[in-house]
Amino acid sequence: MKNVFVLAPLAVFAAIAGAFAVGLTRDPSAIPSALIDRPLPEFDLPPIQGFQQGLASADLKGEVSLLNVFGSWCVSCHIEHPVLMQLAASGAVPIRGLNWKDKPGDGAAWLARLGNPYDRIGDDPEGRVIFDLGVTGAPETFVIDKEGRVRYKHTGPITPEVWEKTLRPLIEELRKA
Amino acid sequence: MRRLFAILLGLFLATSVLAVEPEEMLADAALEARAEALDRELRCVVCQSQSIAESNADLAREMRIVVRERLTAGDSDKEVLAYLVARYGDYVLLRPPMQANTLILWLFPAVTLIVSAAGAFIYLRRAPTPAPQPLTAEEAGALEALLAREIDKPELK
Repeated sequence: MKNVFVLAPLAVFAAIAGAFAVGLTRDPSAIPSALIDRPLPEFDLPPIQGFQQGLASADLKGEVSLLNVFGSWCVSCHIEHPVLMQLAASGAVPIRGLNWKDKPGDGAAWLARLGNPYDRIGDDPEGRVIFDLGVTGAPETFVIDKEGRVRYKHTGPITPEVWEKTLRPLIEELRKA
Repeated sequence: MRRLFAILLGLFLATSVLAVEPEEMLADAALEARAEALDRELRCVVCQSQSIAESNADLAREMRIVVRERLTAGDSDKEVLAYLVARYGDYVLLRPPMQANTLILWLFPAVTLIVSAAGAFIYLRRAPTPAPQPLTAEEAGALEALLAREIDKPELK
């Protein structure tokens, strides 16, 4: 009986240390989105300079799609861009773009230089829609289901690994639904 | 010494200066005071454990502007917080709300205190320190002799 009490502090310490160890493996910059499983906030954005089509929340209904936040100023977007180009070329999933905080023409020039993976792009120079989406930085990508609800948010660039392990299985599952 | 103290005090105060820029501030002093109180409750979501009152990150600045816009539009303090929680989740609140998934967080310190106090109480009651036994005549004699010898030593005088 006495031995149990002797071991109690050790057990408490082990439990706390275990909880902290798990906490240390988590990425503190990955914040769960408040929008998961909720419909996208209503928005209707104009096109960026030189483009005909803007982007409205209504455009993100009817099929599973990606909503990708980018800016010509964003270094990680540059890293992510070839992956988006590949996805667009293979027709894996439609990608819609949100051009965040770019000066008029900057977003279009960036796409002219690197290629355009988006089938529709909305211009959000002041970040109003960005704010409604709870975006904390670029790039950030939302997986939108057929009903126009947010099902997943990926913070940071989409790498081939993220696509294969996380996004593709999710998109395939959502298509079946 | 006094000057050193003043310098140190100044350094400590310098860290708590608000990041809010003059052009962000509202003309209405009462509204601005409410906005600054709210700023201190809201986490800068791209910083680590900094409020938007303290951070000069772009996003913190935009959040401060939104807080002021909502207040000007007539929102109550609670409505402003709810507006931001709807977008950034509970994470945006520096003081986590008490709800099912935060119960452990809130109750853990109290439970720990109660459990350790109960443990300490039981431990102290279970093992009462035995009352000291008076010395036997033999022990008292030996002690007396030792003490006498110590005092007689010249180097200790």
